[in-house]
Amino acid sequence: MSVDKRARFIGREPMALLEDELRVRGFSEVALGYTEEQAISEAKRCLKCKNPKCQLGCPVNIDIKDFIALTAEGKFIEAYKKIKEKNSLPAVCGRVCPQEEQCEVECIVGLKGEPVAIGRLERFVSDYALTKEHKKIVCEVSAGKKVAVVGSGPAGLACAGELAKLCYDVTMYEAFHEPGGVLMYGIPEFRLPKGIVKEEVEFLKEAGVKIECNVIIGKTLTIDDLFEMGFEAVFLGTGAGLPYFLGLEGENLNGVYSANEFLTRVNLMRAYRFPEYKTPVYVGNHVAVIGAGNVAMDAARTARRLGATVHIIYRRSEEEMPARKEEIEHAKEEGIGFLTLANPMKVIGDEKGYVKEIVCQQMELGEPDESGRRRPQAIPGSEFTLPVDTLVVAVGQGPNPIVTQATPDLATNKWGNIIADEQTGATSIPGVYAGGDVVTGAATVIKAMGAGKIAAAGIHNYLTNK
Amino acid sequence: MYKVLRKKVLTDTGVDRVILLDIEAPLVAKKHKPGHFVMLRIDEKGERVPLTIADANPETGAVTIIAQEVGSTSKQLGRLEAGDHILDFVGPLGQAAHYPEHKHVVCIGGGLGVAPLYPEVKHLYQTGSHVTSIVGARNKDLILLESEMQEYSHEFYIATDDGSYGTKGFVTTILQELIDSNTPVDLVIAIGPIPMMKAVANLTRKYEIKTLVSLNSLMVDGTGMCGACRVTVGGETKFTCIDGPEFDGHLVDFDEQMRRLSMYKDKEKEVLIQEGCGGANGCQ
Ligand SMILES: Cc1cc2nc3c(=O)[nH]c(=O)nc-3n(C[C@H](O)[C@H](O)[C@H](O)COP(=O)(O)OP(=O)(O)OC[C@H]3O[C@@H](n4cnc5c(N)ncnc54)[C@H](O)[C@@H]3O)c2cc1C
Ligand SMILES: Cc1cc2nc3c(=O)[nH]c(=O)nc-3n(C[C@H](O)[C@H](O)[C@H](O)COP(=O)(O)OP(=O)(O)OC[C@H]3O[C@@H](n4cnc5c(N)ncnc54)[C@H](O)[C@@H]3O)c2cc1C
Ligand code: SF4
Ligand code: SF4
Ligand code: FES
Ligand SMILES: [Mg+2]
Repeated sequence: MSVDKRARFIGREPMALLEDELRVRGFSEVALGYTEEQAISEAKRCLKCKNPKCQLGCPVNIDIKDFIALTAEGKFIEAYKKIKEKNSLPAVCGRVCPQEEQCEVECIVGLKGEPVAIGRLERFVSDYALTKEHKKIVCEVSAGKKVAVVGSGPAGLACAGELAKLCYDVTMYEAFHEPGGVLMYGIPEFRLPKGIVKEEVEFLKEAGVKIECNVIIGKTLTIDDLFEMGFEAVFLGTGAGLPYFLGLEGENLNGVYSANEFLTRVNLMRAYRFPEYKTPVYVGNHVAVIGAGNVAMDAARTARRLGATVHIIYRRSEEEMPARKEEIEHAKEEGIGFLTLANPMKVIGDEKGYVKEIVCQQMELGEPDESGRRRPQAIPGSEFTLPVDTLVVAVGQGPNPIVTQATPDLATNKWGNIIADEQTGATSIPGVYAGGDVVTGAATVIKAMGAGKIAAAGIHNYLTNK
Repeated sequence: MYKVLRKKVLTDTGVDRVILLDIEAPLVAKKHKPGHFVMLRIDEKGERVPLTIADANPETGAVTIIAQEVGSTSKQLGRLEAGDHILDFVGPLGQAAHYPEHKHVVCIGGGLGVAPLYPEVKHLYQTGSHVTSIVGARNKDLILLESEMQEYSHEFYIATDDGSYGTKGFVTTILQELIDSNTPVDLVIAIGPIPMMKAVANLTRKYEIKTLVSLNSLMVDGTGMCGACRVTVGGETKFTCIDGPEFDGHLVDFDEQMRRLSMYKDKEKEVLIQEGCGGANGCQ
């Protein structure tokens, strides 16, 4: 098996993968990472461009050329420090960034062959540093000012990290019982080991960031309460946690989940270890997942590991799938079936009210629409039925309304996203900043982190001039 | 960690056990309004479960919850004693109950529904409504918070299925009598088992009396993040944790709720069996 996988990566160092058969029997990480030798040899493929295009593709502007040069010399800790100047969560980004659309797509080596594997190198040096180096944020003089960070996803973590570096007294509030946001409850262990997220959180704690879980801003405390408690600025990084449904007939039948619910039960609540862990999840023999983004792939691969045969149902063709190519490949290797150009019509239940089958209609691609994607249209008389015990709906998420409902002065757009200045993160309320998915809608880890950093700078500027 | 300040066994018939706990959670106590609930997780391996806030004291920081021991988590809760700790306790959640001026309100509590009803009764009584309370249970032993309810009600009725206390019959029997006696009723609040809420809503619909019910959907996060708690109200899908838990009883699809609540029946049994509590009455 591993031989033909190498073939896909002609030119660049291949990444060892867990064997297909082992994968679907557990939740171990699938991509195994580089060895030291592989990392050095991959780093040597970099041409050290005068005007490195790769750097422009990275949303947080990492000095990619420099960190790769250090890696090539075997100076892994120095390389790590170089990345850390710009990116506070490199072990996470090296794993889950859509590199192929960001840094790597710009790499000059990619013009003729395969681009330098920037993401994999980033992952390698971070993993290396995690075991070898005790990282520490040292701040010289305390700024003495209190800042509250709401939400502990990538946006909140990055913002808190930056503020800690600037010596602010930071308290992070998280609604859930564990910090990490989507990194903890959404992205599964086999793609992002939870130990890595915990490590990053520990790192913030060592830097003096206080983390208060089980506090919902808008319910347990309001933004006004935070100001009364002496916080001088507030960052909102509450994410896009509200799951969308399709409004199909039968969508509320037993056994129909949102991807959020399915993944939260399995990842955060460890339902895969039921009944030792008390949260149940219902997975029959046949699972279908509607949607084809990263969230859908994660749900499908999770269901596969729980023993089911799994199908992805997607309205458009494979070319339009929003998930990372690598994730689609991994899903296929694990035996997940793809029903493309299939439009779900309704869900049918058995006499006890559990989902029994889903009816879809076959589509064909018509003329391109405003987005440039060819619009799918129904083929008359092409309805077909797929038997399922569990159906997972993964068609996107909106912003959670709790904070905005409790804060009428906070300006939002028509989808309920908080409106924030792109340069500073400032919202309509003085001293309140926002960033990440709650502002942009569901996006990426690195973009959320970037927004958290920008807001930290915005907050610093605001508090310095206040 | 959240400390158990006080524990009281409210009912113990050998079959049914209902316990009351005061939990130290000052932030929740400060923000509580009638209609709110909390999500709690007892320990690392525990599930997150919703429980109504039965009472709260902003001075002492105590939040009172009342739980019926129906399965693994509630039984584990019942084994806690004062001085023990709960790992996670978050709230207050849900929309607070909202009462525009109502002169005469009939509050109906069935079984454990009296616990979430009680703070609403107290609030209505203290804000000047005329409160008639009807409490129903299978038998005398299962009547909860009787003196507390009585203290904050102008009229107080009890119905038991077996006639062991109060009127023999259902809460709807008494409600029907009230309506027949031409007493004007502005609002009915009904909290209890789904069949009871459905029966009350069916009755009041005929007389066009506004009726609020409180749903106890399955929940995971309690913050609008998962959709486990969805319910159809007036043909639209709502999330009980953020849009509810109170809804217009005339619009709720009770049959769907009933069905969704039974989603994990087999799994729930499995946990109990694992814990050696699989017998008829479980671990007592
Ligand atoms: C299953 C899945 C797979 C994904 N895969 C990828 C991938 O491979 N690559 C990639 O780049 N991106 C991926 N994404 C997207 C990425 O995870 C998100 O864009 C990113 O996490 C957004 O970060 P955030 O900090 O804005 O919000 P989140 O990560 O959503 O964090 C928000 C946090 O705020 C908390 N919160 C919400 N409301 C409140 C409140 N009122 N008070 C206190 N706390 C609150 C939440 O509990 C949560 O912990 C994926 C997303 C999902 C769901
Ligand atoms: C808003 C709200 C307020 C509630 N208030 C109270 C209260 O004040 N006192 C009280 O005793 N009970 C209350 N409940 C119900 C309580 O949450 C369940 O009885 C409890 O979760 C049962 O868990 P278990 O493990 O003991 O039982 P299990 O054996 O796991 O389940 C028994 C039954 O409880 C229900 N249930 C199970 N898990 C959940 C869950 N995660 N969320 C909701 N229901 C579940 C199901 O109907 C299930 O069939 C409330 C529920 C909601 C939604
Ligand atoms: S953070 Fe993401 S985009 Fe930036 S260099 Fe690393 S992998 Fe590329
Ligand atoms: S564009 Fe590619 S080759 Fe050039 S510096 Fe960046 S990684 Fe190296
Ligand atoms: S419990 Fe998850 S959305 Fe309501
Ligand atoms: Mg349970």
